[in-house]
Amino acid sequence: MSLVISHLARRFGPTPVLRGIDLAVEQRELIALLGPSGSGKTTLLRIIAGLDWPDAGGLSFDGDDWLARSAGERRIGLVFQHYALFPHMTVRDNIAFGLSVRPRGNRPDRAGIADRVGRLLRFLQIEGLADRYPAELSGGQRQRVALGRAMAIEPRVLLLDEPFGALDAQVRRDLRRWLRGVHDSTGTTTIFVTHDQEEAFELADRVVVMNAGMIEQAGRPDEIYDHPATPFVARFLGLTVEVPVAMRAGRAEAAGLDLTALPRRAIPDGPATLFLRPADIQPLPDPAAPFRVTEIVSTGALLRIMARDDAGCRIEAEIPRRDGRDLREGQPVALRPVTGQIFPAGGTLAARAPATPVTLKEAFA
Amino acid sequence: MNAMTSGSARPGRHVPLLLIALAITLTAVVVAVPLVYILWRALSEGFAVFAQNILAPDTLHAIWLTTLVAVITLPVNLAVGIAAAWLIARFTFPGRKALLTLIELPFSISPIIAGVCYLLLYGRQGLLGPALAEADVTVLFALPGIVMVTLFVTSPFVTREVLPLMQAQGSEQEQAALTLGATGWQVFRRVTLPNIRWALLYGAVLATARAVGEFGAVSVVSGAIRGQTNTLPLQVELLFNDLNTVGAFAAASTLTVIALIVLVVKTLVEGRART
Repeated sequence: MSLVISHLARRFGPTPVLRGIDLAVEQRELIALLGPSGSGKTTLLRIIAGLDWPDAGGLSFDGDDWLARSAGERRIGLVFQHYALFPHMTVRDNIAFGLSVRPRGNRPDRAGIADRVGRLLRFLQIEGLADRYPAELSGGQRQRVALGRAMAIEPRVLLLDEPFGALDAQVRRDLRRWLRGVHDSTGTTTIFVTHDQEEAFELADRVVVMNAGMIEQAGRPDEIYDHPATPFVARFLGLTVEVPVAMRAGRAEAAGLDLTALPRRAIPDGPATLFLRPADIQPLPDPAAPFRVTEIVSTGALLRIMARDDAGCRIEAEIPRRDGRDLREGQPVALRPVTGQIFPAGGTLAARAPATPVTLKEAFA
Repeated sequence: MNAMTSGSARPGRHVPLLLIALAITLTAVVVAVPLVYILWRALSEGFAVFAQNILAPDTLHAIWLTTLVAVITLPVNLAVGIAAAWLIARFTFPGRKALLTLIELPFSISPIIAGVCYLLLYGRQGLLGPALAEADVTVLFALPGIVMVTLFVTSPFVTREVLPLMQAQGSEQEQAALTLGATGWQVFRRVTLPNIRWALLYGAVLATARAVGEFGAVSVVSGAIRGQTNTLPLQVELLFNDLNTVGAFAAASTLTVIALIVLVVKTLVEGRART
């Protein structure tokens, strides 16, 4: 156990930003705080860094109460979204900063600092940039320098705020792989904030999904992807089609939908909501079905099918182009979801504990 | 054909020339000629007379006093200006806007009003007059009064130059330095100060120019005692009223030379402060 966050709460004026965060981060873990803007993830990161303070709750590292320590005493490495490099210092001096401000007894000598900085420059593959100023660097290079500056103090926890937010797509992908490599070779416990689920899922050992100041779900990427615990997580992960259904004896029923592919669920009888990914819905031509195709749009490899019934329920499905040859606008279709998540109406699944609903894939495995 | 029509149809061929001529004439009449004339008149009776006038004890004392006032006010302006800019840029607190307005107030108030305020507050019949007299502290018609009123007039310059820069740069660099283990002083010395150094220098130059040249406020509180509380601008007026034209012009030229030096420094600094 290394970093323990308990019941952390923070409000800005009347607005609650964090509403009771509990999270334990293990040594060497790489954690993603994932959520939309305003979910409180950056505030949480800043509290861990010691740049903001909670109104209630605890934060400790290896049993040491971090709320009693200043940012400098915690020895964390923080990489800002826009890097916050010192513009009047060269890359070398930026990286050396954390070592050069140490009190004399604790500070490596000139040669020691130069040696450590040199090794970091090599490790981060930015040796050629050592004597440049931040204004002369590209975004990706600045990102590396910022990481080098944070790593120079051998931080106990590395914190990154939207580390790839300001970069273009290609650099972003390259740096992502590179950062994973850096983490694997240093083993520094790392927490990064992102609103990009692809980024979180590709990079992190564990993803913490946040919404409105609370943790909606925390778990391994595939765990979360396959079993979203709350409607919010489901929506956030692309289960954007929501259909009202009625539960009866553990099975969902809805007019015009063929839900036989969905497994039985331990949800009490009554109204519920079915969450589906458009790609997991098959439209099947059926003259007796209440849904009609209203629009077919090609996105290249995929066809996006819009269907609605007389009651006004609209459902969007995505199918491979070749499977949609006999679909026409105006045609009646039955809709057959192959997998989906069901949540009782007005509530989430039994608390926020790791939920274990069974999906079709598993039921047939 | 097309080129001809467009050439002759273009209306404003002479307008730019006219404007340039107007600008040059105006600058010459209003600024350049008077400045050159001051130097010319100051030296009109030969350099010996000029030097003699400059070295007249009263004028020499005025130069000394003006320099002293500038040297005392500068560090105070720097310290207070940085502190105020930092406070306003880095913190939100009730009364922040009001403080900003208050800091800029001296810009919009006529200096002579500042002088009169000091007179009413510290004068013998003023609010604090009796108490000061009891404690045997002289403010008015002495160096403290001159310094204080000069501070009043020059106080906005540093904050005005530094604040926008601090606001634009935000506090992330300082926070980064804190997380890297720097102490408050180290953050200021190695991160904050280097970032604002040119703006700071620019503000200091402006404040010093104003401190050297201030007339209105100082004339009220100094009492203009020859050889004692006469600053250089006051000395110029005094000599002028004495019909000592060469003396007045000599003193004025000294002031002008100081102003020109400041102007050159300002121009050099300005380019860097804006980047």
